[in-house]
Amino acid sequence: MIVIQGSNMAEAHPVGFQWVMEAKRRGAKVFHVDPRFTRTSAVADAYLPIRAGTDIALLGGVIRYILDNELDFREYVVAYTNAATIVTGEYRDTEDLHGLFSGFTEENASYDQSSWQYEGAEQNIPPRDTETQRETAAGLEHESHGAPVGGDTQRDETLQHPRCVYQILKRHFSRYTPQMVERVCGIPQDKFLELAQAWTANSGRERTSMLVYSVGWTQHSVGVQYIRAGAIIQLLLGNMGRPGGGVMALRGHASIQGSTDVPTLFNLLPGYLPMPHHADHPTFDEWVDSIRHPGQKGFWGNARAYGVNLLKAYWGDAATADNDYCYGYMPRMTGDHGTYQQVLNMIDGKIKGYFLLGQNPAVGSAHGRAQRLGMANLDWLVVRDLFMIESATFWKRAPEIETGEIVPEECRTEVFFLPAASHVEKEGSFTQTQRLLQWREKAVEPPGDARSELWFFYHLGRIIRERLARSTRARDRALLDLAWNYPTHGPHAEPSAESVLYEINGYDVASGRPLSSYTEMKDDGTTAGGCWIYTGVYADGVNQAARRKPGSEQSLVALEWGWAWPSNRRILYNRASADPDGRPWSERKKYVWWDAEKAEWTGYDVPDFEKNKAPSYRPPPNSSGVAGIAGDDPFILQGDGKGWLYAPSGVLDGPLPTHYEPVESPVRNPLYRQQANPARKVYTHPVNTLNPSPPQEHSDVFPYVFTVSRLTEHHTAGAMSRNVSPLAELQPEMFVEVSPELAALRGLSHLGWAHLVTSRAAVQAKVLVTDRVTPLRVDGRIIHQVWLPYHFGYEGLVTGDSANDLFGITLDPNVLIQESKVGTCDVRPGRRPRGQDLLDLVVDYRRRSGDLVHRYPPMVTTDVADSSSDQEA
Amino acid sequence: MPHANALYGPLDPAPDAGYENPPPRMGFFTDTSVCIGCKACEVACKEWNGVPESGLDLLGMSYDNTGALTANSWRHVAFVEQPRSVGWATPAFQEQPDGPSVSPLTAAVGARTGTDTGTDPGLTPGSPGAAARMSGGPEFLGMPGGQPPGRGSGAEGRTDFRWLMMSDVCKHCTHAACLDVCPTGSLFRTEFGTVVVQEDICNGCGYCISACPYGVIDQRKDDGRAWKCTLCYDRLGAGMTPACAQACPTESIQYGELDELRERAAARVAKLHEHGVPEARLYGHDPNDGVGGDGAFFLLLDEPEVYGLPPDPIVTTRDLPAMWKRAGLAALTMAVATAVAFLGGRP
Repeated sequence: MIVIQGSNMAEAHPVGFQWVMEAKRRGAKVFHVDPRFTRTSAVADAYLPIRAGTDIALLGGVIRYILDNELDFREYVVAYTNAATIVTGEYRDTEDLHGLFSGFTEENASYDQSSWQYEGAEQNIPPRDTETQRETAAGLEHESHGAPVGGDTQRDETLQHPRCVYQILKRHFSRYTPQMVERVCGIPQDKFLELAQAWTANSGRERTSMLVYSVGWTQHSVGVQYIRAGAIIQLLLGNMGRPGGGVMALRGHASIQGSTDVPTLFNLLPGYLPMPHHADHPTFDEWVDSIRHPGQKGFWGNARAYGVNLLKAYWGDAATADNDYCYGYMPRMTGDHGTYQQVLNMIDGKIKGYFLLGQNPAVGSAHGRAQRLGMANLDWLVVRDLFMIESATFWKRAPEIETGEIVPEECRTEVFFLPAASHVEKEGSFTQTQRLLQWREKAVEPPGDARSELWFFYHLGRIIRERLARSTRARDRALLDLAWNYPTHGPHAEPSAESVLYEINGYDVASGRPLSSYTEMKDDGTTAGGCWIYTGVYADGVNQAARRKPGSEQSLVALEWGWAWPSNRRILYNRASADPDGRPWSERKKYVWWDAEKAEWTGYDVPDFEKNKAPSYRPPPNSSGVAGIAGDDPFILQGDGKGWLYAPSGVLDGPLPTHYEPVESPVRNPLYRQQANPARKVYTHPVNTLNPSPPQEHSDVFPYVFTVSRLTEHHTAGAMSRNVSPLAELQPEMFVEVSPELAALRGLSHLGWAHLVTSRAAVQAKVLVTDRVTPLRVDGRIIHQVWLPYHFGYEGLVTGDSANDLFGITLDPNVLIQESKVGTCDVRPGRRPRGQDLLDLVVDYRRRSGDLVHRYPPMVTTDVADSSSDQEA
Repeated sequence: MPHANALYGPLDPAPDAGYENPPPRMGFFTDTSVCIGCKACEVACKEWNGVPESGLDLLGMSYDNTGALTANSWRHVAFVEQPRSVGWATPAFQEQPDGPSVSPLTAAVGARTGTDTGTDPGLTPGSPGAAARMSGGPEFLGMPGGQPPGRGSGAEGRTDFRWLMMSDVCKHCTHAACLDVCPTGSLFRTEFGTVVVQEDICNGCGYCISACPYGVIDQRKDDGRAWKCTLCYDRLGAGMTPACAQACPTESIQYGELDELRERAAARVAKLHEHGVPEARLYGHDPNDGVGGDGAFFLLLDEPEVYGLPPDPIVTTRDLPAMWKRAGLAALTMAVATAVAFLGGRP
């Protein structure tokens, strides 16, 4: 079975969807949960309409269904998850605190996590300052390893201890009944039960089910907890580390996975090493210790080697043990440098210049008006793109020209537009959803002056270094000491992409021999490697990512197609595909197992376990690092080797997922007095106005829920599709999908105009009245949802208003992703007004919805007892 | 068995056209039950064949903004939103608050269109002409499908729902009327049994357009010539798969030897029937149909009319021999009568 939720896979990932269709041909059942009926729903076996932003309520319902009916894969759960682990007596649940967990501080709206720890571990770990963690999106560091957790844990494998995770889970989700799912999500109980029954029936020893999500889950103010909820179900049902199971995070574009592995993020370095923070990581040793957590178990214990190798890759011969491998050259974070903070800083005149590569924030980012106003207040802006995009022409074409907010003659930003080579015009690798690196040759020469990103940065660095060559200033040393020698070829001196891959892979400094595995990395400066998790991609001097052996000529797991990190493993934590004794759970789901005769792990995939560690191995007391992981602990990057049903640290907004309403919602949270995520990241800035939600007054001014996403025919902000006629003609105009009921209610006609209004903007679109959108009955009310594509802007062959203009800026606290999948709005027939009238309309809505001096929704609403449904009220 | 130059009935067209030892007949089997409506076929076709843009207009026919097979669209993905069961355990919108209480009103509103055409329900606006005609067409011919949402759902609410997608293409008929009527020889039968227009020979007479029983071949307005799918004749010759089939991610469009495709299609229908999809059926697969079977045939989930396909296409030149016979008889009679008149005038 395949459950697709928070993803319109057939439309947004049609190529990957071929494998869903293949599975369906072989008998798999496909369930699709989505606010509207999409092309994915059309080929699914069952479709559940859902109110946008309520997925945790549905998933919580499934968790309760599993626990209440004892349908969990008990052997797996006891052995491989932290279900049996006992939590401190100080822990208080949302059940006790109207939707908050213990440890909440109102002053900075964040949690002190000490009461969430495992019993006996409270003293072991100095809880990091959670406010700083939020500012630096520290949750992202856990993509390749778990959050810190202390030494040995206390367990009750009968799962009866009132403070064991299993019992905490049971109590936490006790109110997520089928009736509650119906009330919150608008999903009829029959349908909910159909999903829950199918999911549990298709999981266990003989069967596995897969969960698929995309940005429909992540782009919420509770985004990380959506995925946590999915992971809990998959762990309870024994679907992790096994073939046909897992949680599939479909990434948004080619190599978005690659751009978090070798990141383009402000807070991460390659291989999920944290970017140093000026206060937390003043010295190299403190930085390394903050990663490896001395005394902790698991593979992260070798962090020093990963750090040294990265710095050696950056600064080559200049990086020595004596100078801490040039750690002092590393930039330091001072707080939140995320994209939304930057935009607000631009508006406030705190940022001088900006590079935009592969990004079109004027269309693609939340609150388009703020994006454009910010870019219009720079000294300079460099845009590298295939086409003249909105973010390069905002100074003369933005909607703000008409309203007088940007005056082309006075706009101070100097824009440099540099044509970029497309993916077929340059060589390199893509890392996709499954962590698989696939090499791509150059098919054609880029036209005219278009150049690759690699060419641009290599030569930019070269020229800057030449300019600074005679500098004696200390601050220039970091640039001048860089190892910046890449072989180039061709008339334009294109750097060799393979030489970059070789450096990322890592090599022995003395001999230049490429490393085969990250276990070969040394912390004494004798090896260098740019991204420890990618080590092995250039093993034996062969570009392993370029392997293309057809599937018909190799095993089902296809280990010789491309290369997957880490160590070419196709399924992570695959030790869990065998039982605690190392035998496959079943013949049908055999994948990796212990070969007692040879005393090694073997199977179809590369075992994700120490090759010769027997299932019977038990770590000696007080052991740490890899030796601390027992022979039956498959989750080797977690400090306790267990899959985390309950997260004692590392997740800033709670150890367990809890349904909070979206920040903009027409509904009072039916589950708790606490309305929205109390730890969410809020930006108070005059440009960032938010619509009121219950328990605030006047939420009825914005009575409808809107959500945005993609069409197959367009790509993200539209530059690559709206400029190309064979694609542009397939979806040639901005439109909004409404139900026939809402059309009747608001007097909208098919193919006529409508406009949507929020406290940020009004956006117009052609109306598509369709049976694919349905009203929902939520908490006794009818809730109407509308949907818009976010692809349109004011440049290209086909143009239209940008849906993202409608959103305000509110972020998830763990990873600083914006809530851009749900908001509230009004829907009116006809075109939107223009010029000053447009501003007046938005101001009028703000006046009607409260106050022109903007009030932000309260972080904590537990003192408001007006939620009639609150069981404790 | 029909004779060598048959215009009707089962036939292997390449030998019939005079090829000696031709390669096997090649064709398409389009399985609409796995189509995800991505339109990769439309794009791949345009890219490979250099087909020009066919209009940047929103048609409002679900997600279909191509409208029809035209001179500038050789693949066309139809989208049909239907208030009928897809065979699921629980219908898509069961128990949702969109039942009979509001339905008559909303159906009426949904049927309204942006442009007042003086008719009710109105015509969806849109140029080019062919697409606009098609978008309005089926409604006025009394055929289901192809209409804007709301028109079809009526007053009974919409518990059941399904969304059909189907990539249409030239059928490459066994008996191709377009080819039969072409006076210049521009249209010809290839060694693969497909039908291709030679753009450097076509003189734009337009006979083929009225001859096609499917309404596939079309005239390009700016040059007057006729254009349609070539089944990527240039790729076939090089042993390659046609662009649309190559691009299809879900193997909805399958390319291969026609005999093998027919076997595969029959097995697929049987499997779907077995899995509770009794409405699955083949279209254009039967050599005994009105065009002698199609080189490009389909697996459909509803009546052909729903997808805008004629239910019982007949090659328009089927009756040509009879007509010629009658015409010949008439001419003979005239000649005899004339002769008799002249002869009779001399007593």
